[in-house]
Formats: sequence, structure tokens, C-alpha cells
Amino acid sequence: MTVTTIDQAAAPTRAAPVTEQTRRPGLRRAGGYLVRILLVLFFAFPLVFMFMSSLKPDDQIFADLSSIKAFLPVGDISLANYTGVFDTVPAARFLANSIAITTVTVLVGLVVNSMAAFALSRMRWRGKTLVLAAIIATLVVPFETFALPLVWWVNKLPWLLFQDGQFFYTTGWLDTYRVQIFPFLANAFSIYLFYSYFQSIPTSLDEAARVDGAGWFRIYRSIVMPLAGPAIATVAILTFLPAWNSYLWPLMVVQTENLRPVMVGVSYFQQLNVLWGQIMAYSTLITIPVLVMFLALQRQFIRSIASAGVKG
Amino acid sequence: MGTLMVSPAMLLLIVFFFIPVGLCFALAFTNARLISPEPATLVGLENFQRLFQDPLFWRSLRNTVYFAVVVVPLQAGFALVLALLVNAKIRGINFFRTLYFVPVVTSIVVVSILWKFMYQSDGLVNNMLQTLTFNVVQGTDWLSNPTAAMPAIMFMSIWQAVGFHMVIWLSGLQTIPGELYEAAELDGADKWQQFRYVTWPGLKATRTFILVTITIAALSLFAQINVMTQGGPLDATSTVVFQAVRVGYGQQETAYASTISLVFFVLVLTVSLVQRYLTRERG
Repeated sequence: MTVTTIDQAAAPTRAAPVTEQTRRPGLRRAGGYLVRILLVLFFAFPLVFMFMSSLKPDDQIFADLSSIKAFLPVGDISLANYTGVFDTVPAARFLANSIAITTVTVLVGLVVNSMAAFALSRMRWRGKTLVLAAIIATLVVPFETFALPLVWWVNKLPWLLFQDGQFFYTTGWLDTYRVQIFPFLANAFSIYLFYSYFQSIPTSLDEAARVDGAGWFRIYRSIVMPLAGPAIATVAILTFLPAWNSYLWPLMVVQTENLRPVMVGVSYFQQLNVLWGQIMAYSTLITIPVLVMFLALQRQFIRSIASAGVKG
Repeated sequence: MGTLMVSPAMLLLIVFFFIPVGLCFALAFTNARLISPEPATLVGLENFQRLFQDPLFWRSLRNTVYFAVVVVPLQAGFALVLALLVNAKIRGINFFRTLYFVPVVTSIVVVSILWKFMYQSDGLVNNMLQTLTFNVVQGTDWLSNPTAAMPAIMFMSIWQAVGFHMVIWLSGLQTIPGELYEAAELDGADKWQQFRYVTWPGLKATRTFILVTITIAALSLFAQINVMTQGGPLDATSTVVFQAVRVGYGQQETAYASTISLVFFVLVLTVSLVQRYLTRERG
């Protein structure tokens, strides 16, 4: 009985609407695996090709295109493209920029958004309903809607410049690091994720702490946040991916080559050169950090993406 | 104290969300330029008149709708098939789930560069087509061919993003209780009937979410175009967002770009409202 139950629970998983009873379940299972493996090849072949090409000189990349060798590490294999790319463009600088921008965006974003969610979930204050409604409203507006007015707007924003022990008042955020960070710190969806997670943490804990004389900030820091691990992981992953991959925004607001993040760097590199081996090497290089992180944390990744589904 | 803790986030949202969204509406009625010594002045509906007479805008709008109309059903359907395939309780299923998802964590810029290389006339795609069909199918120079360029970009875009929606379908599938399938099986329902009467109704909320997110992503098409074709050949792949960037950043005409962005916003809003209405709870 239990055996059939398991089988039935798995029933909806058989994709094809198979109406006739199959007499040979072994054969059918093999067929199922075959389909799934063909799909693996479909999703993996471009990336395997990218990686293998990054190890070959350009003439060999083209020579291998017409055979299975395109996917195999054969022939004149070396890391020459990887060393070469650092001579052709400031690739190390692009990487350092992206690492810095992404790290600051994720870390500061975690603090700012979780504090806002804490205030919304735990504390009573005037205007709370309005603020919550405003935050929810921002979820329906894609960034592309206001990206162009935002370029115009950041060009007019003020900033205090500290130089030689003195503050100077300046305007214009174009061509800076801060313009690549500040617009993405506060995020309505991150606030929403923290908010719904905090709602599930019983308030009895903070009430006990209040009785012991703990302030709100103390409760946030020492009680609620240490319990919010899964929410922190989800928000960190969902902030990390777009920050590392950001393209449209830095393309418009950064002109100086030295301030470019990796994706803008690689797209200019690709427009100005036909060194395909080096292009493939740099593409591999900026993909690997994300891929390694994904493979190490795949459960959290998949869960984070799935949690994006709850807002619908 | 509550206001204090919410204020950093709120201040950032005001400066980098609410004001720019408001500016999008306001600037559309002005002649603002990105870098200009003179302050912007009101010009009424001039930008909207220009928009209606701008063949490149209409072309971009048509291309965008074409992309969305093809990609949304194909990607949603393919993602559902994948979700059903990886929901099975068989050995190694985690391996398949992970592999199907790998393109999603690869940057769309990297993916576009890679496929641009593969789509060349003597590139990997055409070589594979020839080998797999024993030289029956001869490919074209995909991205330089006005009729083939958009389908080529559609194919690549689905390849990259379908894993994301597979995961969302999967989380929807896992909310359907197993007992429902047992009951259906006892009533003599075959696999197709089980899908039709148990799985499909059980995925209602997931369906709305998936349709809305794929549509909005499709309407926002930009990176692929900017990396692969720059809107060409013969404007066959120019899109609304690409056109807004070309005008607002390339030609520095912030006001006209805001007008195009407004159309984009109305498009996105209409689509999500219509889809929510069509898939609303009945009764």
C-alpha cells in the first residue's frame, strides 16, 4: 500500500500525457532519463563551449566548430587567453569594481531593509499603514520605467566632497561609484520578505526582552536578526544576482573606463575586439563566481527564487 | 523610534524611486535634455505628438509586442514541462534541477555575447544544425537577417530564463496535496485527466504570477538587443526600452525618453491588470 502511495504521489511528475498503460516500466524509466539528459545537454552546451573555447587559440576555436571537438579540451590548450585579457583591457579593475559595488549593495541593503521591516512589523508609529502601502505600491513598477528620468535626476543631486580636510559642495552623481550603489540599497521586495519573515517570529520573545529593559534597537540586533537567517540568505541572494549582473544602469551613468563594472566592461570589450578566445575567457571568469556560489548554496538559491513566487 | 528605523529605507525610496517616477510623468511635458545649460520648459503635448508620428517608435512597439506574444506562452509552457519533469521522485533529480537552472544564474550579457558568437553564419549553431540534420538544414546569418534576428533572440532568451519559471511552477506543484492524485486515481482518472482536473486547477495562483512576470520581463527586453544587434538589421529588433535608451541616453533627449517610458509603463500596467482580471478568483 505504501509503495503504491509513493508512486501515485509521483504521478503528476510524468510530463507527457501518457494515456495507455505501458507494459515495460523499465523501458519507460529509461526513456524518462533519456529526455532529461537531452535537456541537460541543451542547457549546458553553450556554457561548455564557452569554457572550452576560452582555453584555445582563436584559429583552433574556429577549426573545432564543425566537430565534437568544440566541446572538448583538446589541441593547443592553455591559459593564454586568461592572462591575455588582463593585458588587453583593465579586466582586474572591472572585477574589483563589481566586487566592491556588489558587496556594499548587499551588506548595506540587508541592514537598511531589515530595519525598515522591523519597524513595520514590530513597532507602532504614526503613518505606518501609509508607508507599508507605499512600499507595496513600488513592487509593480519596473526599473526601466524610471531609469531615464533617474539619469537626469542623479545628474542634479548634491554631494559633499571631502578633500584636504575640507568639505566641498558639489552636484552631479554621474560617473561615480555611489551612483551605482545608492539607487539599489532600499528595495521594496527585500523589505516585504523581511517583513513577512518577522511576522512569523513570536513577539513573546521581544516582550520578555522589553520587560528586561532592552531597547528596540537591541531587540532588532540581538533577538530578531539572529533568528532571521533564512530571510537574510534569501535577500542576500536576490540582491547579489542583479547587482553583479547589472548592465543597463552602469551603461548610462558611467563613462570612465576605470569605474566600469564587469558586465559593461565585457560588452565594450566584445564590441571593440574580435579576440574571441579572450572574450570567452573573460566571460567565463565573470560567470564562475556566481556559478560556484550557486552550486555551493543551491538549496537556498532555489528556495529564494521560489519565494519570489509568493508575492503573486 | 519606529520612524527612525524606517527612515533610511524610506528616504532612499523617495529619492531613487518616488521622485524619478514622478519625474517620468512631469518631464514628458517638457523639453528637458540630459546635459543642458538652460532649464527645462513646459511644451505641452509636443512629445506625445512627436511620438505618434515617430515610425521608429511604432516599429519598436510592434517588435516588443511580437517578442512578448511569442515568448510568453512558449516560455511558460516549456517551464511547466520542465517543472513536471523535475518534480518526479527519481534518483538524481536534484542534478537535473540544478543543471536546468544554470543559465538563469549566468548574466544575460554573457549569454548574449556567447550566442552572438554562436549565431555567426559559420558559427556553432549552424555547424550543429548541419551535423544533426545530415546537411539538410542550412542555417542563415541569424543576427544579420531581418526575419531571423528576432526569432534567434527569442530562442536564446527562452533558453536563458526558462529555468527561473521552472522553479516557480515547481513550488506551485508542490503545494498540491498528494491525496488529490490518489483520489483521482481511485476514480479511474488517467494521467492526462489527473493533469487536467487536479494539477492545472491547483496551479491557478502560480499561473497568474508566471504570466505577469514573463510578460513584464519580455516587454523590458533590452540587454540582448544592445549586445547583439543594436536594434538592427533594418530596425527589426529595436524595442521600446532600447529606443528609450537610444533617445534618452544616446541623444540626451530626456523629455522624449520619458514619454516613451510612460508608454512602456502603461503597457506593463495594462498587461498585469488584464492578466489579473482574466485569472481572477471566480465565484
